[in-house]
Amino acid sequence: MSWLTEFVRPKIRTLLGRKDVPENLWHQCPACQQMIFQRDLEANLKVCMHCGHHMRATARERLNWTFDEGAYTLIDMPRVPQDPLRFRDQKRYSDRLKEARDKTKLDDAILVAHGQIGGHKAVVAAMDFNFMAGSMGAAVGEGIVAAARLAVLQKAPFIIYTSSGGARMQEGAISLMQMPRSIIATQMVKEAGLPFLVVLTDPTTGGVTASFAMLGDIQIAEPGALIGFAGARVIEQTVREKLPEGFQRSEYLYEHGIVDMIVNRAEMRATITRLIDMLVPPPAVVTEPPAPPPAANELATV
Amino acid sequence: MRNFLDFEKPLAELESKIDELRRMPGPEGLSIADEVSRLSEKADRQLRTLYAKLTPWQKTQVARHPDRPRALAYIAGLITDFMPLGGDRAFAEDAAIVGGLGRFRERPVMVLGTEKGTDTESRIKHNFGSARPEGYRKVRRLMELAGRYHLPILSFIDTSGAYPGIDAEARGQAEAIARSIEAGLAAPVPFVATVIGEGGSGGAIALGAADRVLMLEHSIYSVISPEGCASILWRDAASASVAAEALRLTADDLRRFDLVDAVIPEPLGGAHRAPDVMIASVGDALETALAPLLGQAPEALKARRREKFLAMGREGLS
Ligand SMILES: [Zn+2]
Repeated sequence: MSWLTEFVRPKIRTLLGRKDVPENLWHQCPACQQMIFQRDLEANLKVCMHCGHHMRATARERLNWTFDEGAYTLIDMPRVPQDPLRFRDQKRYSDRLKEARDKTKLDDAILVAHGQIGGHKAVVAAMDFNFMAGSMGAAVGEGIVAAARLAVLQKAPFIIYTSSGGARMQEGAISLMQMPRSIIATQMVKEAGLPFLVVLTDPTTGGVTASFAMLGDIQIAEPGALIGFAGARVIEQTVREKLPEGFQRSEYLYEHGIVDMIVNRAEMRATITRLIDMLVPPPAVVTEPPAPPPAANELATV
Repeated sequence: MRNFLDFEKPLAELESKIDELRRMPGPEGLSIADEVSRLSEKADRQLRTLYAKLTPWQKTQVARHPDRPRALAYIAGLITDFMPLGGDRAFAEDAAIVGGLGRFRERPVMVLGTEKGTDTESRIKHNFGSARPEGYRKVRRLMELAGRYHLPILSFIDTSGAYPGIDAEARGQAEAIARSIEAGLAAPVPFVATVIGEGGSGGAIALGAADRVLMLEHSIYSVISPEGCASILWRDAASASVAAEALRLTADDLRRFDLVDAVIPEPLGGAHRAPDVMIASVGDALETALAPLLGQAPEALKARRREKFLAMGREGLS
């Protein structure tokens, strides 16, 4: 982030709130260093118009960009025990949670909403990297389970935007158990015959990648996203060699057969709509029993 | 030569003194025998006190003890007619995962384990118990095989985690682990997992989404190694003992949070001091865990397994 945005932003925020961003606010692309008007950037779905770099987006933005007319209903997140381990490193986990909540105005690192996409009912979960690096503890796991249940109830496809550094260490083995729990959620959706689409965004790593995030019927990745299991530093320390160019990026995963497609943010909504169009048959076809063969006399009168 | 852990130093001195006395020939044999038994009693007491209040970090060291019985020791001790099965049918055989058909107390079962190895040669062969995608894909294949032939699944977990390598990432480590967990959850047969040493993160849960999960008294089960956690949250790997405390990774902790179903007591001074005793009591615990699962219909079994995991972290925690 440039000195300019750092400097201007807090003041403007308090004056105007989040919605109206003045034209004169600049943002520097971290990939090509070009300066971009903040408003142009947001109109372009936070994709740099100079180099195409996809910047990180909030859970709210994901929902806004995905649903028809940006309209959706958020569901209340199920309550989970807060700080069950009474974890404390250099800071208390309870304080970290509070700070993250103040900063993001989110309860935890996930939002779940339902609404319509291309005229189809759909349930969408979006993770938010700004909330403790999108880490998965009981709240995220429970959010995914709740989203899956809602999808089954509404007979709607389930779409997840992932963005996470992995498990939430501060919840110890409870966070580890979110791996099987979130996988159970994907099983419920699939058993109900409903599509489960995963959109991998920058970054998605660790226990999130090694659970629900890799089990989509269709695996979509945004361009240039970091997606992997182990962290680059750990790998480098283990194998003691330089990591290949573009390692663990979407394009690398595509080449290695791990994702179905890489989709630009501008095409994401249309792509999801097309997929749902093809995977979800019109209701009549599913619910109506096959028509009995017409009697011979009926045929004659036609 | 026995391997002693740092915190066992005083004990090591005592035991080497005992050994020394035992080797001493001479006319004063009687008084030496007295001294030996006096010192042995003292060593015993010390061991008892030491192991009665192991810290989480000390337990981590016991769980990783080089002499601790590994998955293959349990298989050798508990499974007759073991027939190892190899490969993921796509890329390679991964010796970090051992698995195959065998009989547990006469009944045919599918056995799976992460194997760390017991000496330099076997540790290298088994990649220190850290599997690559082909290992987890073998797990999945064997679990599905077990399902088709109605064989209960027994897994032995002992791994510091999945292998963090370039090749592993290129072949889809994350997907392989996810599918392995999925296969465990979907298995239409009884599934009992036992954490015998280190239950390291995703690489452990890949073999651990079971109806009943047992942990040995001094084993650990954690989302990240204490060293890894310390280097991220304390920015200092030396804080591993503090991180081990904070992570609540002991068998008692896991049981208290209802994340595992039972804790199997270890012989005095840890499994490595009496491997045969340990292996026999794991056998009994497996029998106890398996018995109520055997008559259950596949759908009921799967539904209960699911409910068990869904209930975790939801209640009774704070
Ligand atoms: Zn740019």
